[in-house]
Amino acid sequence: MKQGNTLSDRINNSLGKAQNRQNFRSAMSGLMEKRAAQFPDDEKLAKLRDRGREIRANSLRNLPYLLIELEKTLTENGIQVHWANNSFEANQIIVCLLQQNDAKSVVKGKSMVSEEIELNSFLEGHGISVLESDLGEFIIQLADETPSHIIMPAIHKTKKEIAELLHEHFPELPYTEDVDQLTQSARKILRNKFNQADAGISGVNFAVAETGTLCLVENEGNGGMSSTVPPLHIAITGIEKVVEKLADVPPLLNLLTKSATGQTITTYFNMISRPRQPGEKDGPEAVHLVLLDNGRSKIYGNSSLQEILHCIRCGSCINHCPVYVQLGGHAYGTVYPGPIGCALEPMRLGINKVGGLTSLCTLCGACEQVCPVQIPLPKLINRLRAESVLRRADYTSLIGAGSMRKPLESWGWRIWKWIYRNPAIYRVFSLIVTRTRELIPARMGRWARYRFNPKPARRTMHELAREAGFDNE
Amino acid sequence: MSRAREQILSALQQYSENGGYRGIVKTPKEEGLSKEDRVARITQMMEAVHGEVHRLLDREWMKWINTELPKRGYKHILVGSGDIGKIVNVEAMDSLQIHSYTAEIEEWKDQLFNQVDVSITSTRGGIASTGSLVIWPTSAEPRLMYFVPPVHVALLNAEDIFESFEQMVIEQKWSKEMPTNSLLVSGPSKTADIQQVLAYGVHGPKQLVVLILG
Repeated sequence: MKQGNTLSDRINNSLGKAQNRQNFRSAMSGLMEKRAAQFPDDEKLAKLRDRGREIRANSLRNLPYLLIELEKTLTENGIQVHWANNSFEANQIIVCLLQQNDAKSVVKGKSMVSEEIELNSFLEGHGISVLESDLGEFIIQLADETPSHIIMPAIHKTKKEIAELLHEHFPELPYTEDVDQLTQSARKILRNKFNQADAGISGVNFAVAETGTLCLVENEGNGGMSSTVPPLHIAITGIEKVVEKLADVPPLLNLLTKSATGQTITTYFNMISRPRQPGEKDGPEAVHLVLLDNGRSKIYGNSSLQEILHCIRCGSCINHCPVYVQLGGHAYGTVYPGPIGCALEPMRLGINKVGGLTSLCTLCGACEQVCPVQIPLPKLINRLRAESVLRRADYTSLIGAGSMRKPLESWGWRIWKWIYRNPAIYRVFSLIVTRTRELIPARMGRWARYRFNPKPARRTMHELAREAGFDNE
Repeated sequence: MSRAREQILSALQQYSENGGYRGIVKTPKEEGLSKEDRVARITQMMEAVHGEVHRLLDREWMKWINTELPKRGYKHILVGSGDIGKIVNVEAMDSLQIHSYTAEIEEWKDQLFNQVDVSITSTRGGIASTGSLVIWPTSAEPRLMYFVPPVHVALLNAEDIFESFEQMVIEQKWSKEMPTNSLLVSGPSKTADIQQVLAYGVHGPKQLVVLILG
């Protein structure tokens, strides 16, 4: 990956790519319009979002019990459940399952959790070939890049770049920039792989505790094929994706597809409850579910941050973020970009590692307004900012809490607080500042690189107000 | 990895509020569409996503198959072992070559992937509000009939069209017994992964034809 090492390197790098930024701008504008067209009635939308929030809150409130229930129903249905504390354990479980089944080649449906644990490189390190079958994921796999968006992973690429990429890797296919022909080329290449793969790996959109059902949302049919053609299917998901009842699924599905891509529904909605049964002629002989924690139970334990686990990964917050649209996904340097990334990643990975992401938020509130399950993203991001500069005595369970505290900055704020709390001192301070305005340095260093130099007014607002006839009351 | 299980659950249980979880199933408010309204709605929604829809009388569908499929240049037709398969096997024109999905997939995977042009299947029902087919694959009509062939022709009884997915799940009490696999299909396979341009038939069928009967 040609990304800078620091956040500010990556931001500069992204801002310099005019074509990419144009791609993001037009894609996000289109997605915002399509979503808006799906929700013409504000009142109905509000009710649906209340319902979505209620369902997710219920799932979270009862999370451990629902996970036990899910394990029970899945096991009764013949689907084996595995638990993983972290990426390492999840990767180990998956590679063992593949080795036990003598699987050398894997075809994958789209899964952000598998990106989270960097499954592909791990499996390849063990001599297992992995092919991404979602067209967008396939493209970025060929380009050796990471997704720049959680729903549309190759959104940063133009069709010309994709045409060149396919031609470079498959010179036997004729060069074309026609999207239909490019898609058909990919169909041809990937069909054979489905036919021959030893195992399929997919994510999960909802796991239903009541019935032991794994739900997959997709448009291409690759998820359906990855989970049906190979003799072994391994699904992986975060522990928060469980819902209590099957009847919880239709409203969440409705919110998910409309919020994500502005579709009434996706082409396929696949509900898997068992491996192949006696007499059935296709479907995998074995189905496994890997439940991944990877920091989620820690977040669960922090009541002021827990709401981030309501997320159904629609990407709507990303599509509406004025910062994401300028930067694109790679600038964030984390698996999840945009508002959800700025909130989730510091909680998951630690403020000491990626706490800087919280400064990418303008707190404009667009994400919260469109979130189908009403996660208060700006509030959470603001809370993280506070946690990132906590004093040692106030440390919370959050990894890296307080790690961004700078002594000089905190002294500055202490002095500020002292001045603003004492009217007499404040009056003296404001008089001095207004009367010495010419002494403000002409160069204010980095702060003024993209801003005008601040210059205090000639007289304080209190003086002007008094002159205009206002008294102190 | 039962150690991981205990660790995760005990970490969560420490903070979870209560043990007895409470369900919140609400019966959805429906518009109360008539059968004809539901047919009209599902047709409109299907066509909006490039589905091809025809309304036929009950026994006309075989005539449609015999006329349309040869006209469109299709030859290899896949059917299941249920009623539809039996009718097609008896009544199909000689120019159509009928394949029946009677063996396990491992025995004829290459043929399914490389030879079959069209699959013809039944459906469990339809959903008007989203333009979806509801499919519960069976051993008579297995799962891959819906994913692999380039064209999928689905027969849908007008009586079986529900207003919403939620209504169907609740009224038919799906939660009592889910099948191995159930599926909603809404249009042909599609993608917008290349510069947001919509293209059809990336992995699943390029064409979805719905014949609404009755």
